Amino acid sequence: MFIFSSEHDQFIKKIKKEKKIVLFYQIFICIFFLLLWEGLARFSIINSFLYSSPSQILHTILSLSKSGELYHHMFVTIWEVFLSFTISSILGIFIASLLWRFERLSKILDPYIVILNSLPKVALGPLIIIWIGASIHSIVFMALTISIFTTIITIYNGFISVDKKYIILLKSFGAKDHQIYRKVIFPSNLSLIFSTLKINISLSLIGVIMGELLVSKNGLGFLIMYGSQVFQLNLVISSIFILGVVSYLMYIIIDKIWNFINIKY
Amino acid sequence: MNKVLELHHLKKNYQTSKEEILALEDISFSVFENEFISIIGPSGCGKSTILSILSGLTMKSGGTISIKDSCKIAYMLQDDCLLPFRTVLDNCLIGLEVNGLLNEDNKNYVIYLLKTYGLEDFMNQYPDSLSGGMRQRCALIRTLAIKPDILLLDEPTSALDYQSGLAISNDIYQIIKQEGKTAIMVTHDISLAISMSDRIVVLSKRPACVKSIYNISFEKRKLPVENRKAKEFSSYYEKIWRDLDVHI
Repeated sequence: MFIFSSEHDQFIKKIKKEKKIVLFYQIFICIFFLLLWEGLARFSIINSFLYSSPSQILHTILSLSKSGELYHHMFVTIWEVFLSFTISSILGIFIASLLWRFERLSKILDPYIVILNSLPKVALGPLIIIWIGASIHSIVFMALTISIFTTIITIYNGFISVDKKYIILLKSFGAKDHQIYRKVIFPSNLSLIFSTLKINISLSLIGVIMGELLVSKNGLGFLIMYGSQVFQLNLVISSIFILGVVSYLMYIIIDKIWNFINIKY
Repeated sequence: MNKVLELHHLKKNYQTSKEEILALEDISFSVFENEFISIIGPSGCGKSTILSILSGLTMKSGGTISIKDSCKIAYMLQDDCLLPFRTVLDNCLIGLEVNGLLNEDNKNYVIYLLKTYGLEDFMNQYPDSLSGGMRQRCALIRTLAIKPDILLLDEPTSALDYQSGLAISNDIYQIIKQEGKTAIMVTHDISLAISMSDRIVVLSKRPACVKSIYNISFEKRKLPVENRKAKEFSSYYEKIWRDLDVHI
């Protein structure tokens, strides 16, 4: 057991103090904002019919939760995000790997991927609904079109920017392409792949909400659309709030998985 | 002596869309078993290309290479190329993995090498905790792991500072002699070549030809760093320096 000098104690104290200060301000901003909002609404400085208020939002969330609607819509959205996230991640990594393995294929497809990536996919919405129909399929497909091209391009660029010296090393041992892929290319890009997955979660969520706004009868996107149509802005803002929580949680889950893998290897 | 490798009028052209560069014009020499041979030449003359061709990474443009039957060649690249996400041991095993030779025996051989050459304590750590000299030793053990008969060494000390370079030249020499390997080393360092080699092949400027071949013999052969103090050293140095014909 080490005995640390008092300088070290002070150093640790300083770090802890810094953490406390940051946490304090984070909570302070949240409470201050909520109180300000509530106060402005209570004293009718802002119109609480248009801008709602924290207490009304809490009330709405509680009643949605009591009737079970909240969980239903949350579940639908999470399920759709999960589907499109999983498909676009697996398919994206797979296609990026193919492009790495077959250089000529990547040269041929390059302009098409660039065009498809830069095209605002929202524009495809109406077409997708007509072609696939107003169902969960079209929502997942829409989310897929939004997230998959970024996944392919980012991961493929990671694959091809691996230092050539490692590839030469493996080739000097007579390695085949699949061995170079498994032993160098993929493991070197693990951290890039996970940061792409984090972006992918947000993109999938954007795609799903966009889809739900356009077609759905279920999900948080639907709840937002419905709320605005019947002019229940409490419902709209509550749904947005829950959406924020959901997306934060999904991000945290990926982050935790990454940390776990990072520690293990 | 037993001839293990022979180059006969080896030739190499490099193609680019603008021009054709003749890198190696006419390279012929032989290598005998357990010999340590150095190839020295002005920078950019295509020394490394010879190793690259011998290891099968680059295609030759002409000439013949004859290698003794069942002779295995392994290439130690200029850069140590240790993968940062693999432990030292796993880095040393990668050649075996790729060749499908990873079994208990071979793994134990690698562990034995790591223990013998002072990397035991670092076996399960990642390369970023190694010093430059240790990284180079690790790279050498990785090359030895597949039990090659001929080792190709590309500037094994160039990534290191002068002191570590001297120390590693001793290490590499000892390891290669103890394991009974034949070695071909490429370098631009005249002193290093003289101190380590049995023979030195001097190449001309690009397009490279063999200019001369020296047999290096010391009255009493010691470790490379000691050899630098031998009385024959300076005369070899002078001859090779003159051959290289360096003009700045």
